[in-house]
Amino acid sequence: MSRAAGVLPFWVDVLLIPLLNIGLAFLVSGLVIVTIGENPLEAVRLMVYGAFGYEEAIGYTLYYATNFIFTGLAVAVAFHAGLFNIGGEGQAYIGGLGLGLVCLATDQTLPFALIVPLMVLSSALFGLLWALVPGYLQAYRGSHVVITTIMFNFIASALMVYLMVNVLIEPGSMSPESRSFAESAWIPSLHGVLAMAGTHITPSPANVSLLWALVCCVFVWLFIWHSRWGYAVRTVGSNESAARYAGINTRRVVVFTMCVSGALAGFVALNEIGGVHHRLLLNFTAGYGFTGIAVSLMGRNHPLGIVLASLLFGALYQGGAELAFEVPTITRDLVVVIQGLVILFSGALAYMLRPLFERIWLQLSQPAAVTTDA
Amino acid sequence: MNRESASVAAPSVEMLGVCKRFGPVRANEDVNLTVTAGHVHGIVGENGAGKSTLMSILYGYYEADQGELRVDGQRRTIASPSDAIKAGVGMVHQHFMLVENLTVVENVMLGAEGGWHLQRGRRQVRDALARLEQDYGLEIDPDARIDELAVGLRQRVEILKALYRGARILILDEPTGVLTPQETAKLFDILGALKQQGVTTLLITHKLREIMTVTDRVSVMRGGRLVADRDTADTSQSELAELMVGRKVLLTLDKAPATPGEDALIVDALSQRDRHGVARVDRVSFCLRRGEILGVAGVSGNGQSELLEVLSGMRPVSSGRFSLPGIQVDADRQTDPARLRSLGLAHVPEDRHRCGMVGSFAAAETAILGHQAQPQFNGHLLSRGRAIRRHCAQLMSSFDVRPPNPLLRSAAFSGGNQQKLILAREMETRPRVLLVGQPTRGVDIGAIEFIHRKLVALRDAGAGILLVSVELEEILSLSDRIVVMFEGRIVGEVAASQADEQLLGLMMANAHTPDSATVRVA
Repeated sequence: MSRAAGVLPFWVDVLLIPLLNIGLAFLVSGLVIVTIGENPLEAVRLMVYGAFGYEEAIGYTLYYATNFIFTGLAVAVAFHAGLFNIGGEGQAYIGGLGLGLVCLATDQTLPFALIVPLMVLSSALFGLLWALVPGYLQAYRGSHVVITTIMFNFIASALMVYLMVNVLIEPGSMSPESRSFAESAWIPSLHGVLAMAGTHITPSPANVSLLWALVCCVFVWLFIWHSRWGYAVRTVGSNESAARYAGINTRRVVVFTMCVSGALAGFVALNEIGGVHHRLLLNFTAGYGFTGIAVSLMGRNHPLGIVLASLLFGALYQGGAELAFEVPTITRDLVVVIQGLVILFSGALAYMLRPLFERIWLQLSQPAAVTTDA
Repeated sequence: MNRESASVAAPSVEMLGVCKRFGPVRANEDVNLTVTAGHVHGIVGENGAGKSTLMSILYGYYEADQGELRVDGQRRTIASPSDAIKAGVGMVHQHFMLVENLTVVENVMLGAEGGWHLQRGRRQVRDALARLEQDYGLEIDPDARIDELAVGLRQRVEILKALYRGARILILDEPTGVLTPQETAKLFDILGALKQQGVTTLLITHKLREIMTVTDRVSVMRGGRLVADRDTADTSQSELAELMVGRKVLLTLDKAPATPGEDALIVDALSQRDRHGVARVDRVSFCLRRGEILGVAGVSGNGQSELLEVLSGMRPVSSGRFSLPGIQVDADRQTDPARLRSLGLAHVPEDRHRCGMVGSFAAAETAILGHQAQPQFNGHLLSRGRAIRRHCAQLMSSFDVRPPNPLLRSAAFSGGNQQKLILAREMETRPRVLLVGQPTRGVDIGAIEFIHRKLVALRDAGAGILLVSVELEEILSLSDRIVVMFEGRIVGEVAASQADEQLLGLMMANAHTPDSATVRVA
């Protein structure tokens, strides 16, 4: 009696349509490149080469992807509770503050083996606290989390400028940066670790945070789908009255989920501050928090999808930079346009092709149904 | 199929060989329906039998994949509701399509304003309403706002809308679901008047008694096919039920007299006020004992839903108190659903889609809703998927949920099977108190019989059951005692043995205080 819902098979839904969306984005990007008089195929080749063509390129791609995995997971976890956490950017920023403070306080005294767990904890804790307040306001005061997390991004930004300029700046320095951490507070780079194992690759910013990001993916998967807390989170997100019926404290779940989300976003600091910059500085989040929204959307809020989408966006960032470098007429701004088109087609227009495919699928499956019944 | 010769005039509706598929689902399969002009023609069938699809084809929501449609003997293509209206077909939906903050006149002219100058349209509608009132006895205040009107009157506005657009064939989809018995009787009077004027009515319903009272002829649908046509005079409720289900159905419930035991739930002057301070539940008192079913009758929206939500801990108590062994709840000592559940209270919510299940969850996950924190489903950190699935499979086999697949998405089950799964979840815990709201709403006849037997069995096992239902038949056949709610208050209580639909109907409209029939149970 009702229209058959969810008619499309799994693979069309999660593989074919996203790939076609990306294809469309590149098609439109190609048109843009043609209009400025460049060869779009050459541009694609340069981009792919720039992202995967050599060891250093792959390293950079993985390094960007690490950030996107953390922020993508942060958005996804909140999304499962029906919350839209726009504040990944600010949470990552403040997570960096926490990590930086711990490193500055302990890098002269504590050994590496103690500092690294402290770095993980402090970045998570500070990110968590920055998400806790909007979560609390949403749950107990009814202020919408979208609004408050955006506001908290600005507050984080202003706070960091104040601290960097007035408090944490290295004495005698002109730029608002802290002193560099001692090496005992560096997250080991991938090339360093591999070198110890006897394999030598070109140095790149990719570091062990990537492995932690993958571990987080497993944690999130277990948490969301295989624990009673994840059950509560998903119930609140899919049907709040059912959650109340089930005796789930929806307010507590909202606060708790925001905390988990904020902690995941805070881990960006491990990669950026602990793994690459080795000192506290301004604007190291560079929009990764916002891109995390697109990553999560494209990855269907599932850790596996998020890893794949993160790789794509990592490649777009790295390959795009390479493209802008190689072809003078293609500026950085144009690369941003291409990235924007991918976000537009795979995020905002994600369901554009669905009705078409549903119609095609119904047409294809109908004769089959008749023959099986006959 | 030579029915045309039976009547002299052309049949007002003929559907010949109509097929409609949704993907692999065959909603209608080779349906041949002939409706004689001026008849009230009933269409009965279980949920999913294809009645609504068939009517949607006639009204132009769907186009048939195959088959022919004739209206008044002429072949027609009806591709949209506006085609249907042009052909003289009107439809009154189960859920009214009215704009609540507009007046009757404005609603009737909506979509038929007659040009940009509303004043003229308004005058036309007013004249037409006066004429329709004269012809059919459809009285209504043309300037009343919809949200001021009672449900029965809103339905009348829907009928007027259809007639104003020139409908000579009227489709009514489950028209009595929201009406009191008195309003239903009034509706049937109107159908009689329409028939006098030559209007053909198609009545979709699952209430066989109404079919017997009001129709001239009845068609039975099962599994997408039209399986039988009968003259109403030549058939009976039990024959129709059998045709609908495809097997013999017991319409009456055999149950032993109740043997009430100790108090299971005591409610004392309980009130619940909403945000605006309006008392949704107003000083309600009763006592539910173990081993009895207490029915709460009332027109939907008179506080029954809120009563269930307060007693299950989903809404706070505003004043008064209720208690069950182990807990007393009042305005200062609130509680929550988890605590009440742990004390042996189970709750089958009225609206299973809103509260009782999560559509996107696997059936196994819906089957632990409310019990998700129980130790048997959880290890130290992770939940025990296998135990959860096994639990669901057990529930499914004891309540005959089909298909018995714990991994299937909850929303993919039919309404009856969803309801059986929820009832299984709540009843298999052997609760001391069971709150049940609309246990058989949207459930087909075969499953109704099954659910009723399960409820009586639970009562006989010693549970106290509070049954809220807007189906009087259900209240009457299941309950041992009946209270009636009106505007949040309990306006009367009768023993089931002394109640009938007439009496309850009057109490539901608060038109009758049955002093003589009241049996107060101390």
